[in-house]
Amino acid sequence: MLDRLHDHGRARRVFRLRILFAALISLVVVLTLLGRAAWLQIAQHEHYLAKAEQNRTRLVVVPPERGRIFDARGEVVADNVATFQAQITPEQSQDVVAELAMLANVLGLDAHAVEALEERIRVSRRFDPVLVKADLDEVERARIARLKPWLSGTEIVSSLKRVYPYRALLAHVVGYVGRINAEDVKRLDPDAYQGTQYIGKTGIERQYEDRLHGEPGYRMVEVDALGREVKVLDTQRPVPGKDIALTIDVGLQGVAAAALGEYTGAVVAQDPRDGAIRALVSRPSFDPNLFVDGISHKAYRELLEDPDRPLYNRATRATYPPGSTIKPVMGLAGMEYGLIDPDERFFAGPYYQIPGNDHRYRDWRKWGHGWVDFEESIFRSVDVYYYDLAFRMGIDRMHAFLTEFGLGQKTGIDLPGESAGLVPSRDWKQRVKQQVWFPGETVIAGIGQGYMLSTMLQLADMTSTLATSGVRHVPWLVADDREPQPRLKLSSDDYWQRARQAMRSVVGHERGTARKIEAPYPIAGKTGTAQVFSVAQDEEYDAEELERRLHDHALFIGFAPYDDPKLSVAVIAEHGGSGSGTAAPIARQVMDFWFGVEPDADVQPEFTEHGD
Amino acid sequence: MVSDRLQPMRLGDRLGATLRSVFTLDPILLFFVALIAMIGVVAGYSAAEQSAAWVERSIVRLGLGFGLMLLIAQIPQRWFFAVAPWLFAVVVLMLVAVWLVGDMGGGARRWLDLGVVRFQPAELMKVAMPMMIAWFLARRRVPPRPLDVLVAMLAVGIPTVLIAGQPDLGSSLLIMASGLFVLFFAGLSWWYIGGFVALAVAAMPVMWFFVMHAYQKERVLTLLDPASDPLGAGYHTIQSMIAIGSGGVWGKGWLQGTQSHLDFLPEGTTDFILAVYAEEFGLMGLLVLFLLYLAVIWRGLWIAEHAESVEGRLLAASISMTFMVYVLVNAGMVLGLLPVVGAPLPLMSYGGTALVTIMVGLGMLMSIRTQRSFLGHDR
Repeated sequence: MLDRLHDHGRARRVFRLRILFAALISLVVVLTLLGRAAWLQIAQHEHYLAKAEQNRTRLVVVPPERGRIFDARGEVVADNVATFQAQITPEQSQDVVAELAMLANVLGLDAHAVEALEERIRVSRRFDPVLVKADLDEVERARIARLKPWLSGTEIVSSLKRVYPYRALLAHVVGYVGRINAEDVKRLDPDAYQGTQYIGKTGIERQYEDRLHGEPGYRMVEVDALGREVKVLDTQRPVPGKDIALTIDVGLQGVAAAALGEYTGAVVAQDPRDGAIRALVSRPSFDPNLFVDGISHKAYRELLEDPDRPLYNRATRATYPPGSTIKPVMGLAGMEYGLIDPDERFFAGPYYQIPGNDHRYRDWRKWGHGWVDFEESIFRSVDVYYYDLAFRMGIDRMHAFLTEFGLGQKTGIDLPGESAGLVPSRDWKQRVKQQVWFPGETVIAGIGQGYMLSTMLQLADMTSTLATSGVRHVPWLVADDREPQPRLKLSSDDYWQRARQAMRSVVGHERGTARKIEAPYPIAGKTGTAQVFSVAQDEEYDAEELERRLHDHALFIGFAPYDDPKLSVAVIAEHGGSGSGTAAPIARQVMDFWFGVEPDADVQPEFTEHGD
Repeated sequence: MVSDRLQPMRLGDRLGATLRSVFTLDPILLFFVALIAMIGVVAGYSAAEQSAAWVERSIVRLGLGFGLMLLIAQIPQRWFFAVAPWLFAVVVLMLVAVWLVGDMGGGARRWLDLGVVRFQPAELMKVAMPMMIAWFLARRRVPPRPLDVLVAMLAVGIPTVLIAGQPDLGSSLLIMASGLFVLFFAGLSWWYIGGFVALAVAAMPVMWFFVMHAYQKERVLTLLDPASDPLGAGYHTIQSMIAIGSGGVWGKGWLQGTQSHLDFLPEGTTDFILAVYAEEFGLMGLLVLFLLYLAVIWRGLWIAEHAESVEGRLLAASISMTFMVYVLVNAGMVLGLLPVVGAPLPLMSYGGTALVTIMVGLGMLMSIRTQRSFLGHDR
C-alpha cells in the first residue's frame, strides 16, 4: 500500500517534469517558427519583395477569331456575328440592388433571374464583371444606353458568336461548335485555347478545328495589388483562324434536300472527275445553332428521342444493304474472273436453287425473265442471274473484288464519324460470329442483301468509279492537296464499257427499270431496294406508320452525262418502296439542277425553311 | 479553503458558480481558441477574394465547431474512458474494413461508406488513439513496465500501419505521435525514448526506399531545393515563401496582399492560409498568432498538470502536444521548413473534418479541466 502510494507520488513528479519539458519543447517550436518567419520577413524581405513585384504582371489572353466556312460558290455557311451582352461590375455601381432592379425592368428579367444574379454578385470579386444578359437586341441596347447615367456599373460588351445561316440544311456537313467541356480539354492544347469559348464538336467544324481556330494573342498587363489592370506592358495580336471553302454547292444541297421531300434518307452527289462532294444530305436534320451556346436539356432530349433520329448522319454513318445497286460491280467481277461472257444468254427462271438443295431463291419478278444477256440482267435487274453468278464466284472472290471498290472500308472523307460498312467473307464470319459460312449466304450477297452493308457515301464513290472506268478518288469536302489513288485496272477496258453501257440502258432502254427518268442528257444508273426485315418491338403501334415502316428502302445510284460524267449521285429514300419509283426521280431532280435543266415537276428548292 | 466557504458570496460570484455548475467550460482556453478562429475568418475573407458567402459558410462551420466543443465539455471525463477501448476497437475494425473494401473499389481507400454517412476512420482514430492509450496505461502502474509498454506500442503501431498503407502518411504520423505522447507523459524511461529515436533514425532509409511513394519523396527533395522544380512540387513552397517574405515586419495590410489575390498562391483559404495572413499582417501578425497557439498549448498542459485522474492527465497532455504538432506541421510547411503535406492549420484553415477533430480534442480538454469533482474534491 505504501509502495503504491510511493509509486503514485513518483509518477506525479515524473509527470510534472515531463509537462515542463513539453512546455519547453512547445516554446522552442514556436521560437523556431518565428525565427524562420523573421528570416524570411526581415533578412530576405527585399529579395522576396522583388519577386512579388515580378509576380504582379499578368497575361491577358485575346482569343483569335474563328475562320469562316464557305460553300463552293462563296456563300458563307458558318459565320461569326457580333453579339452584345450586358454586364455589371459591382465595384463601379452606386447601388447594385437598385441598378439590378432597373436592368431587370429594362431587359425583362424575372424575379428568379434577378435572385440568381444577386447570388452570383455576392460570391464573385467586386471588381469582376458579372454577365447580366447575353444576345441583347437593338432595343435593349438602346434602352441601356439611354439609362446609362443611372447605370454606372453596367456596360455593354461585344463578342463574336458562331452562326449557321443555312441552319438544318448543312448540319450534317458543317457540324457545329459548342462550349469547351471537360472532355475537349483532354485533347486540346491548353495554351492555344486560353480565352476561347467554342470548339468544333462535329462535322467540318471538328475535322478542321486546328485550321479554323487560329492562335491567341495576349496583352501583358501590370496589375495593382487587387488585380486591376494598371498599364499594358506588351501586346501580341491574335492570328485569326483560316477560312475554309467547301466543295459543297448550297444550291445543289438545297435541291437534294427538297427532292427527298418527306422521306427520311440521304443523297450524296460527287464529282467523279476529282472526287469532290457536291451535296451531302441527310434527312431529317436539326438546327446546329441550337448547340452553339449550349442546347437546353429539353430540346436535346427531344432530338435524341425523335424516332426519325435527326442527329444521325444517314449519308456517312448509317449503313444499308446496297441491294441491286451492287449488280454492275458484280457483273464486272464476273467478267474479270471469267465467269460470265456478257454476250452469252442465260435462262432466268422464277427462282434459283443451289445444286442439290431444295431452297428456292426467288426473283423479284414472280414469273422470271426468260433468256437474258448481261446488259438485260442489269437494266431489268434480274436477281436469278446474280444468284447464279455469286454462287459460282464464291464469297471470298466476291469480297476481294468489292473491297477494291472501297466497300467495307472507310472512304477517308474529311468528316468525323464515318462508318466502314461491311463486305462479308468466310473469314469475317468465323472471326466475328464464330460460325461457318453457308452457301446460301453467298447467293443473297450476290444481290446486295444479307450481311452486306454500305453507306450512301460509299455507293456514290463506287458510282464514280464505274462512271470513270476505274478512276478512284478519296471523296473530300475541303479544297486541299489530295493524294491520287491508283486507277482500278481490269484485264480488259471493255468490261468497264460493258457495265457502263448496261447502266445507261437502265435509264435509256425502253424496258429499263428507271426508264421514267430519261432526260435530255444521258443518265446511266441502277435502281435498288434494301429490305426492311422487322419493325422494332418498342415502337408505338400506328397502323399507317407501321405500314410505311415495312416498306423497303428505295435506292438509286447514277451518273451523268453518260459520255462525259460530271456528277455521280447516290440516293436512299427510307421506306420509299421501289428504287425506280421513288429514288430515281430524286436523283433526276438533283442532276437537272446541276445541268441546268428545267425540272419536270414543280419541286421548289428549299433552303432555310426546312427543318425548323 | 474552509474559511472561503464561510464567507458570504457576492451576487456575481453566485451567478458565476451557478452557471458553472450547469454549464462547464474553461474560459481561458475558450478565449484563446476564439481569438485564433476570429483571426482565421479575417485572413480567410481576404484569401477568399472578399466573398461574403465564404464568410457566412465559414462562420456557420465555426459555430457548429464551437457548439460541438462545448457539448463535449459537458460530458463527464470518465465517460470518455468508459467508451475508449470500445471506440478504439471499432475504429480499428473500420480501418481493416477500409483496407478490405477499399482494395475492391480501388482509387481512394481512405473512405468508408456506411450508406448514410461516408467518412474517414483515420479522422476518428485521431481522437480514439490518445483516449485508448491513456485508459490502458492508467489502469497499469505508472511509470509503465516493459510488458505494458510493449502492449501500448502494439496499440499505437497497428492503426498507424493501417493508415500509412491507405496511403495517408500525414494522418498516420499524427496518430502515432498522439499515442507516443501518452507513453511519454506516463513516464516512459528516457532509455526507451532514446532507443525509439535511434530506431526511427535507422528506419528512415527503409521508409525512403520501401514505404514512401514517389510523390512523397519528391516533396521531401523539393524542400531541400525548391528552385529545382519551380512549377511542379516546389511551386507551393516558392509562392508561399514569396508571399510571407514580401510581407515584411508590418505586413502589407489587410486585403492588400498581392500574392494570394493574384492567384499565385494556391489553397489560400485552406492549407496555405498562414501565408496569406503573414503577407498581410507581417512578422508582428505571426508573433501574435504563434503566441496565441502557444497559449492554447500551455493552457492545455496546465490543465493536464492540474487534472486529478491519471488518465485525464495523460489524455490532456497528449491532446495539447498533438495540437502543437498540428501547428508545427502546417506552419513548417508554409514557412518552407517541412515538406508539403496536406495538413490544415488548426482553427485557421477552412475545412470541416479537421475542425471537428480539433474541436472534439479541445472539448475533452475542457471536460478534464472543469469536471474534477467526481472524487469529491473541489478547488
